[in-house]
Amino acid sequence: MLTIENLHAEVDDKGILNGIDLDVKAGEVHAIMGPNGSGKSTLSSVIAGNEDYEVTGGNMLFGGEDISEMSPEERAHKGIFLSFQYPVEIPGVSVTNFIKTAINAKRKAAGQDDMPAGEMLKKIREKSSLLGIDSKFLSRSLNQGFSGGEKKRNEIFQMAMMEPKLAILDETDSGLDIDALKIVADGVNALRSKDNATIVITHYQRLLDYIVPDFVHVLYQGKIVKSGTKELAQELEAKGYDWIKQEVAG
Amino acid sequence: MAYTEEELKKELESKEYEYGFYTDIDSETFPVGLNEDIVRKISEKKKEPQWMTDWRLEAFQAWKEMEEPDWPNVEYEKPDYQAISYYSAPKKKDQYESLDEVDPELLETFNKLGISIEEQKKLAGVAVDIVMDSVSVATTFKDTLAEKGIIFCSISEAIQEYPELVRRYIGSVVPPKDNFFAALNSAVFSDGSFCYIPKGVHCPMELSTYFRINQAGTGQFERTLVVADESSYVSYLEGCTAPSRDENQLHAAVVELIAMDDAEIKYSTVQNWYPGDKEGRGGVFNFVTKRGLCHNRSKISWTQVETGSAVTWKYPSCVLKGDHSIGEFYSIAVTNNFQQADTGTKMIHLGRNTRSTIISKGISAGKSQNSYRGLVQVGPRAQHARNFSQCDSLLMGNDCGAHTFPYIETQNNSAQVEHEATTSKIGEDQIFYCNQRGIDTEKAIALIVNGFSKEVLNKLPMEFAVEAQKLLEISLEGSVG
Repeated sequence: MLTIENLHAEVDDKGILNGIDLDVKAGEVHAIMGPNGSGKSTLSSVIAGNEDYEVTGGNMLFGGEDISEMSPEERAHKGIFLSFQYPVEIPGVSVTNFIKTAINAKRKAAGQDDMPAGEMLKKIREKSSLLGIDSKFLSRSLNQGFSGGEKKRNEIFQMAMMEPKLAILDETDSGLDIDALKIVADGVNALRSKDNATIVITHYQRLLDYIVPDFVHVLYQGKIVKSGTKELAQELEAKGYDWIKQEVAG
Repeated sequence: MAYTEEELKKELESKEYEYGFYTDIDSETFPVGLNEDIVRKISEKKKEPQWMTDWRLEAFQAWKEMEEPDWPNVEYEKPDYQAISYYSAPKKKDQYESLDEVDPELLETFNKLGISIEEQKKLAGVAVDIVMDSVSVATTFKDTLAEKGIIFCSISEAIQEYPELVRRYIGSVVPPKDNFFAALNSAVFSDGSFCYIPKGVHCPMELSTYFRINQAGTGQFERTLVVADESSYVSYLEGCTAPSRDENQLHAAVVELIAMDDAEIKYSTVQNWYPGDKEGRGGVFNFVTKRGLCHNRSKISWTQVETGSAVTWKYPSCVLKGDHSIGEFYSIAVTNNFQQADTGTKMIHLGRNTRSTIISKGISAGKSQNSYRGLVQVGPRAQHARNFSQCDSLLMGNDCGAHTFPYIETQNNSAQVEHEATTSKIGEDQIFYCNQRGIDTEKAIALIVNGFSKEVLNKLPMEFAVEAQKLLEISLEGSVG
């Protein structure tokens, strides 16, 4: 589904990604872990097409198609979804209005008409109840005055509504207490299928107790320095990142 | 030598001038310049009674002594008032044979606004066959109003037909000497609208200048007078979302509203005069005086969406004279390219327990300058007066400006005045967030701007609000690269 080869990217002439290789197939969950500043969030931004980052080398294929020249919205239309670490506020735009606009923009790109209001409403009800979101929340301004947990839950709600092929969860666990974490993880798990894939970016192993990955990759200094299965995450949790750093240095 | 039609026309024009004689031909226009004689002629032309002529002349005398204000935060070359022609007969617009001859850019905007082909022809000045629909609408409309005793006609007609009403109220809220532009308007106003709602009548429909056929094309010096008698209600819509390409650079309108005891007037405006081109050439100067007078327990709400004009100078205000009266001002002002707007309101609290609300949303893009200027004044007798003001500015790009000039003057200790202000910028992170959800940049800006303006858009009558939303999108098109 997503194939990344030797990806290099920089911001303000500073190299952040220094040759990433990653192959994500449909139905898989990949966890990307690493110490702060290792390039985890940059990777998610670059896959999503954030123009603040300049791709200086390598390939990015999504569904066999080169996406490196595509605009962020085109990538979204193809089915890439990013759950933001820091979702932005848009005052005066309700959660419902925002998701409606997003869904219809995607449909328009696919040559479809707007989703009928009844269908939209049904879908919103279904997905919001899955994530324990009440109707009052849906009429609030997007992310304005939301708690950390509400913001993340809203991201996953949007993901559920958009039904992406590839979801990237960027530090979705940060700022969540254990109850919120469970709700978010349950939501993500409920949406897993053999047709879609998930990349979970996290600093801690904690989230991976709930969203169990098929593969774990360790990112350090802009490179994947170690890959393995879920046991690798547990090993990291036990030993800390210094172990990886030493291995790389050695 | 061949004698052209053009030369004949010129000769006739100069002859007419020579003899001070004017005929009712379509293209009739007074010579340029303003003097007492011209003012008299305007009044004569309109067959006005003596009191009206005298009123105009008094205004003209006052205007001569006045100076054009330069306190607004706008810069423009002051018009030469002696180089303007102050009267043109209700002439027909230049007509095109078909839409193919109309500026394609204008047509594209019409399409974006979802204006029907028939409507487009009418607005662009293309010859149209009689549209059955609009004729029947107008007739039904007139019948319904007449049944309720509501008067809705041009101000010229009102001066003829209802002189006592006009005489009683004209200039009672905006006196002829109020300010430079109001004085000028009082002396030379061409036409406008008059509306009277009798006691206890709830006007069953929104009154719109747009529907007042035979009065197509608002004048350069428009004058509007709305009187809502005791316990009546009226919602009045002014303007049109369709772009207006007016040849007249200077517009100086006056609007007066009178809400008698327990009456309510809701006045909504969409202003979309030509703003000039992308380099700041051309565009309308819009210098408007709008004011409402509230008697006991009455309410006046001003709602405005201002997207047009090169320079705007406009402060729809409320004089809260009656006890328990309410004044409201909801405004969205958009400036793009080289537009300049200095707009806001005045809430004058004179009566006891008077309340006012001000919600102002300024959106600046391009190299434009957008200022909010507002005065909240509480008089010594205005016990327990309350005001809430909120002024929000949204900036797009780095070359525009947003300014806020709030003035508060209270002479009563029991008054409660609150002022909140915010300035924000459309962030790249907001745009990227929308992009990532599949929403392109243009649409993302529209979404953010609509969200920002929501509190005011909500105050507009439903169908007007939808059009206004589209208008905001169009006004800001291409403002983020």
